[in-house]
Parts: sequence; structure tokens; C-alpha cells
Amino acid sequence: MRHRVLSLALLALAVLAMPAYAGQGVPKPLVTIEQPGECVAPPEVIRRNHMDLLKHQRDKTLRDGQRGAKTSLNACIECHASKKTGSVLGSNENFCQGCHAYVAVTLDCFECHQPKTGMVKAAGAKP
Amino acid sequence: MSESPKPEAGRRAFLGATAAATAAGLGFVALAPGVQLIRFAQAKAGMEGASSKVRWGMLIDTTRCATGCKECVAACATENAIEPSSGRPGQSSQWIRKIELKAEKTGHEISLPMMCQHCAEPPCVDVCPTGASFKRADGIVLVDRHTCIGCRYCMMACPYKARSFVHETLTEQNPEVPRGKGCVESCTLCVHRVDKGQQPACVEACNKSGHEAMLFGDLNDAAGAIAKRIATTPTSQVRADLRLDPGVRYQGI
Repeated sequence: MRHRVLSLALLALAVLAMPAYAGQGVPKPLVTIEQPGECVAPPEVIRRNHMDLLKHQRDKTLRDGQRGAKTSLNACIECHASKKTGSVLGSNENFCQGCHAYVAVTLDCFECHQPKTGMVKAAGAKP
Repeated sequence: MSESPKPEAGRRAFLGATAAATAAGLGFVALAPGVQLIRFAQAKAGMEGASSKVRWGMLIDTTRCATGCKECVAACATENAIEPSSGRPGQSSQWIRKIELKAEKTGHEISLPMMCQHCAEPPCVDVCPTGASFKRADGIVLVDRHTCIGCRYCMMACPYKARSFVHETLTEQNPEVPRGKGCVESCTLCVHRVDKGQQPACVEACNKSGHEAMLFGDLNDAAGAIAKRIATTPTSQVRADLRLDPGVRYQGI
């Protein structure tokens, strides 16, 4: 009897709590386009295929030495880095991290690649 | 296609447009129906990539290399954002190092920089189990960090001890020189600069310091400064007996 009361109470609590979640889910990522204008491809293509575009290009650049391609990770970062932090990572408001956190996909590029802009001068390298 | 009211016309228009686009892209010049002359299209700057006609190399004049001078090492560290390992100096990455040698009998001292020798027959490439270690068409030996699993076979295979393993998480990379924990790395001959027509950072620093002990260029270009120098002065490769044909040559050793 005691158990039944307890489980009923829990059920009631759960039902009461429902409207708070209903239709809300995980909040959609906040994608801020820092430099609105022409991207290298339409947003729907980029959304679905950006990883393939980057992967295809990385082999050509690294192995064949083809520089100045349309799709390069550095070019993405230059346009999309947050104006506040100068990075595409750091918070869920930032370009790469925002979406990747939403879809729960690990973002491995930046284990090696530099997510910040303006590092060229800091590293002492000439652009 | 399904939306087109006349599928046949749609297909023809599509094929025609594709053929025209292909012809324009590849630089075909139609002389007569069925006869075409292929013209090399002018590629976008930098998009032609590494050419096998070029063999990048370096000549190091040890008679000009100053004992104690580490300008090349410092320039390399700045350019490629190489910082000493925190707490474990022995684990720091080393793309270029200075070596001081003394002949015991004569007391003659020489000083030279040692780095990846960019072999024509690189043993690091032979032993790599994943194909991450590779040689570019223009002779530059690199590590593809996307496929490197950090097994360090290449470090054992290299007779010049040119490669390093990254033990720690890095955050301050040069955007043009991606580096990261868990991968093997070595001198890239400043490939990102060479592709822009610049000299490697070490060579630039050596010239700037006034020693001018390092000369970079295309070994295959007979009219170039480096090919002329190696044709007229006696130079040697380190451990030439291994027949790896290094692209880095030394004078005065």
C-alpha cells in the first residue's frame, strides 16, 4: 500500500513536470554568422557536407601541396570566429562548438588546428 | 528530371551544358569536329600543387656556421610555434638542432644544424604502418597527422634522429602549422612558406644574422644557386653510405 502511494505520488509529480519539457527539448544552437555574405556553398550544402568538403581538401593540400582552395579550415575560421572571443570554440555560442554540442558530435579538428583567428601574428609567422 | 515536362530536351540541354563546362574547365580548344587540342589551363594561384620536376633541398656550409649561434633553431621555434615541454625538457619537440663536433686528433671544431634530411628514399616512409609518413612530389617528407597513430616506428627508423613525438596538449599553434598531441612530427622544410614562394624560416634567419651558411633551393634547377654550388664545390650527404639520398647537403664536413 505504501509503495502504491509512493509510486502514485511520483507519477503525479512526473505528469506535473511534463509541461515544462513538452515542446522544448534541447535548445536549438545559436548560430551567429559574424560576417554575413557569400559562403563557399549554400547553407544546406554546408550543413550536410562541410566535413566531406574539408576532408577532401585536406588531402589535396597536405599531400599534393594545392594551396588556396575554396574550402579550407582556416578560411572557415577567418569568417566564422566569434567577434567576442576570436574563436570558433570556447562556448556553445561559438560557431563550430554550438552545432557540434547540439548534435553531440566530437570535434577533433582542433586537437591540432588553431581555432582562433589572429594567431598568425602571435606565432611570428607571416601570412 | 521528373519535374521537367520534356525529359529528352532537359537531358540534352544538361549534357550540352556539361560538355561545354568541361571543355572550358580543362582548356580544350576545338579545331574541327572531333579534333581537339588540349591546352593547359591556367590554374588558380597555388592550386597546381607540388611538382615532381622540383626537388627541394638545402646546402649547409659548415665553414660559415658559427659555433654557439642558434638563430636557425630559434626561428624554427617561432615559425612553427614549438615550445619546450612543460617540466620534461627531454620530451620537447626538436625540428632542428645545433651540433658541435670536434676532431680529437686535430682539435678542429665544426658546428652544424641537423634536421630532417628529406631523403629521396626515406626510411620513415618505408616503415610507417598507416601511410601517414609520406614524401611529396617535390621531395619534402611530411607526416599526415590525420592518419598518424603515434606508433613512433618512423622515429626508430630515422638515422638522423629527426623526428619528435608530441606528448602534451598544444593550444598555441600557428594556424598554418597544425600540430597536436599523439602525433610524430619533424621539419617540414617550412612547406607552408615554400608553397608561397618563400624560404624556410631557418634559412631566412641564418641569412639575416649575416652567416649565410644555409642555402635553400631546387636541386633539379641547373641554373639555380644551389645546383650551381653543389656542382662546383665538394659537398656531402650525412651517412651517404645508407644510400637514402638526402636532400640536405653539407659542405666542409
